[in-house]
Amino acid sequence: MPAVSKGDGMRGLAVFISDIRNCKSKEAEIKRINKELANIRSKFKGDKALDGYSKKKYVCKLLFIFLLGHDIDFGHMEAVNLLSSNKYTEKQIGYLFISVLVNSNSELIRLINNAIKNDLSSRNPTFMCLALHCIANVGSREMAEAFASEIPRILVAGDTMDSVKQSAALCLLRLYKTSPDLVLMGEWTSRVVHLLNDQHMGVVTAAISLITCLSQKNPDEFKTCVSLAVSRLSRIVSSASTDLQDYTYYFVPAPWLSCKLLRLLQCYPPPEDGAVKGRLVECLETILNKAQEPPKSKKVQHSNAKNAILFEAISLIIHYDSEPNLLVRACNQLGQFLQHRETNLRYLALESMCTLASSEFSHEAVKTHIETVINALKTERDVSVRQRAADLLYAMCDRSNAKQIVAEMLSYLETADYSIREEMVLKVAILAEKYAVDYSWYVDTILNLIRIAGDYVSEEVWYRVIQIVINRDDVQGYAAKTVFEALQAPACHENMVKVGGYILGEFGNLIAGDPRSSPLVQFNLLHSKFHLCSVPTRALLLSAYIKFINLFPETKATIQEVLRCDSQIRNSDVELQQRAVEYLKLSSIASTDVLATVLEEMPPFPERESSILAKLKKKKGPGAVSVTELDDSKREGGELNGGGERSSDSAAMAASNASTPSPSADLLGIRSSAPMGAAPSAPGSLLVDVFSEAGPAAPAAAVNNDGFMRELEQPTDTSDSLLVEGSGDADSAPPSEDPADPLPEADELLNKFVCKNNGVLFENQLLQIGIKSEYRQNLGKMYLFYGNKTSVQFASFSTTVSCPGELQSQLNVQSKPVEPLVEGGAQIQQVLNIECLTDFCEAPLLNIKFRYGGALQNLTLKLPVTINKFFQPTEMNSQDFFQRWKQLSQAQQEAQKIFKASHGMDTEVIKAKLLGLGSALLDDVDPNPENYVCAGVIQTKGQQVGCLLRLEPNAQAQMYRLTLRSSKESVSKRLCDLMSQQF
Amino acid sequence: MMQFMLLFSRQGKLRLQKWYVPLSDKERKKISRDLVQTILARKPKMCSFLEWRDLKIVYKRYASLYFCCAVEDQDNELITLEIIHRYVELLDKYFGSVCELDIIFNFEKAYFILDEFLLGGEAQETSKKNVLKAIEQADLLQEEAEAPRSVLEEIGLT
Repeated sequence: MPAVSKGDGMRGLAVFISDIRNCKSKEAEIKRINKELANIRSKFKGDKALDGYSKKKYVCKLLFIFLLGHDIDFGHMEAVNLLSSNKYTEKQIGYLFISVLVNSNSELIRLINNAIKNDLSSRNPTFMCLALHCIANVGSREMAEAFASEIPRILVAGDTMDSVKQSAALCLLRLYKTSPDLVLMGEWTSRVVHLLNDQHMGVVTAAISLITCLSQKNPDEFKTCVSLAVSRLSRIVSSASTDLQDYTYYFVPAPWLSCKLLRLLQCYPPPEDGAVKGRLVECLETILNKAQEPPKSKKVQHSNAKNAILFEAISLIIHYDSEPNLLVRACNQLGQFLQHRETNLRYLALESMCTLASSEFSHEAVKTHIETVINALKTERDVSVRQRAADLLYAMCDRSNAKQIVAEMLSYLETADYSIREEMVLKVAILAEKYAVDYSWYVDTILNLIRIAGDYVSEEVWYRVIQIVINRDDVQGYAAKTVFEALQAPACHENMVKVGGYILGEFGNLIAGDPRSSPLVQFNLLHSKFHLCSVPTRALLLSAYIKFINLFPETKATIQEVLRCDSQIRNSDVELQQRAVEYLKLSSIASTDVLATVLEEMPPFPERESSILAKLKKKKGPGAVSVTELDDSKREGGELNGGGERSSDSAAMAASNASTPSPSADLLGIRSSAPMGAAPSAPGSLLVDVFSEAGPAAPAAAVNNDGFMRELEQPTDTSDSLLVEGSGDADSAPPSEDPADPLPEADELLNKFVCKNNGVLFENQLLQIGIKSEYRQNLGKMYLFYGNKTSVQFASFSTTVSCPGELQSQLNVQSKPVEPLVEGGAQIQQVLNIECLTDFCEAPLLNIKFRYGGALQNLTLKLPVTINKFFQPTEMNSQDFFQRWKQLSQAQQEAQKIFKASHGMDTEVIKAKLLGLGSALLDDVDPNPENYVCAGVIQTKGQQVGCLLRLEPNAQAQMYRLTLRSSKESVSKRLCDLMSQQF
Repeated sequence: MMQFMLLFSRQGKLRLQKWYVPLSDKERKKISRDLVQTILARKPKMCSFLEWRDLKIVYKRYASLYFCCAVEDQDNELITLEIIHRYVELLDKYFGSVCELDIIFNFEKAYFILDEFLLGGEAQETSKKNVLKAIEQADLLQEEAEAPRSVLEEIGLT
């Protein structure tokens, strides 16, 4: 047994502790403790009054037993008795027992409060401190009621000793935290602020914690503390390391107080007073400078204390977010720490940079450290540091580096610690969505997520991918193909089966043309997973099956067979049974029309905040979504699910895309790189103009063209037959050097682009053709993107644009030849310059020829160049409109059609389409508010043709009447034809 | 603000626990168990900070004893690390080259010193001299007050 070191030496206690330590087993320990408890109980109950010393000793033993983890149900009274002892040590043990073991026994609390009251008024500073410590340790409501008014008085009284002031300040802080309603502001509050000026550093150190807390709750009342804090900080920062005597810690003057001062300042905006602000900036600069000075000591305590202040200063700089110079310096400093040999500093630098990344001044500076951070994610041995690195990558992610960061996070996921996988999955899913420049990348990323960390992919994540696929018709075919491939894996995660079931059920037709993914193959693949899945997944699969019956009548017999078997229609799960029975019945009695109506493709989801984001918000923790980030994502989120064609970001994107055009990149990515490559060589100033106009100033136009339209356009069923045609051609058509006839669907494809300028024109198994076009007056520029979807090179790739018949004299289309080789997975682009000479009806033809694995591919499409592309909107009021309307009243000037609505009659959809047409949509013109009127001028080289349009919907009959009037018969007629296909 | 401080041995035995937020006995036990486990599982060269629930944990090992503090999100990790160190210095100075046994046998002293240094989870007095002066004054009071003891007490039988 060691010698008991100091003073009191309660020998009985030491022996007891020693006994406990010598116990060989838990049982022996419990036995020894029970013996001691019995002993103490008998002493307390005994007739003989115990002296203070014995009482103290036994209370201390009880305390020890309690701290070992055993319950104590007696001895409280004896402890309370000790409080009123006038011997310091007895009182001290009494208070300790109460502090550790107090329970809300009201009788006792009254007695305890009584004892405390006596000690507070004793004017003995040691007793006062004990009492204050007890209040601060217990901090109960009853104590707040008893002392909340007394303690402020002690705190600010002139004759209170420094040590008592210190305890009183922190005691009051504790009461304020437990019962803010009981601590009333008053005359004392202003005097508390002035404790910042106190000569005693200990008093300032204690008081500032109280002031900080009060300032957070009542910033206005305490705002004078800002200038006081700045001047105190300034004095400390500029003091020599020995000035502050015992408050200097390893050559760092008052590190705790400095940190607290910097924390207090973070409760307020930057000081308004120029002098105060100047002084503060000077302090911050000095702190940053000191970080570069050689250390005054090799001890880690020195650098820790110094860096603690530095990090707190950086927090303040970030909080102000108004001094670019300081922010960049802070960022550079943290950049140094990222490579520091001290793990602690690397950790903190990553953490602190995370907040810097959200400041616009330093975001770019933070991004320069991306390689270091990725390296940290890969090589740090400590999971908590890796977690910080992952958080920082998330925070620094933007359009320019999203692909890289998402790829790194995905590969980290494969080995990531289980504890952080779910959060990582959410973050990857959010970044992939937020910064998707092409949606095939998004789909790939999410499917990879499911593959790598399926267990951690929550419902929100896979719901979201389905929402997006349904809302984006340009990715549906790709999604179906990819998910089909993913399902080939012998063991795939149930979440993959869910996504697969849903997507194939909706869009399986898009890949059904390929014999390798024929309807039956798809069905068999899905059904092979069925038996391993949980009930909800099976239910989803059953729904996919009935959709299959609708999409592919040839699968009907097989699927009915499956539904009919006992394990389905007699399934013990009521939901599965019901679905099987109902679907079976539906498939056998409903006509194809009814079935097609019941199982119509899912309509687009309304736009909403990403459910994943909401989920991450719920998860607390660092790197969780901050408010600014949310705003950010709202802004960008709209873009995402909307067309995403905002060109203001193009510079950044172009930088990343221009060098390495990604194989699957859709229009978006390429679009931004196109101007970079093409603009300088453009013949006229047209292109430059177009793009400068399409810059940040024209977000509305982008919305017109794509955002709305794409969102609301009903999915068309053309693409599946297309695919059949496309691949059928490839296999059966005899090789021919003559351009093929236009695809039968060419007109339908053309119609899809009447009201929009960008999108995927055509896609089959081999080739994807994307379009991006801009028009100005009678000129246009069209970018065609040919993507090789296979892994095999296309040889002898050539394209020809021709204007058949009289179109030759109406439209002038110039194109440059394309590269004859398209590597597997690569994409090439072609630019067309278009000039409208006079009005026209036909569309130019685009013929594409190439060799794929020896077989010549030859297909012809119609280029979506229509007369309305040369519209200039014209604004006019009601009177002007009807005046002109009447002027154009001759029979040949008008074209009219009455037709059935084929896409629903949603107002926003209609408006979006009319805006997409290119003319001006005029409000408050037509006396009937249900009607739409538009006006514009068609610009051709030879003449300008004014056009007026009126669209009258009849919701009840689901019909429209469309009337076009223009000064030229052919224009009216052509526009009327085109527009009648759109609604 | 510090929420709690735990001292525990390499074997996972709690040697001191100080709670600055009201928690039930059950919660305290669960937190201690979880944290002791988490920290003991970490390797020596790992960083001294980790995230735990919504708190920051700052810990450091001195000889056989782990010192572990839980602070809030906006608190400064490095300065908390030095709080631990200053506390170790105080114990060391008071006991004279402190070891785990000193804290086991004189646990009440360890609490008293801590109360002088930190109160309500905030630093009250960071000067080593001032803290020790307060403790020594108390010891002085104690010695004056100490009554002569019985023989039985001397050999530790009561």
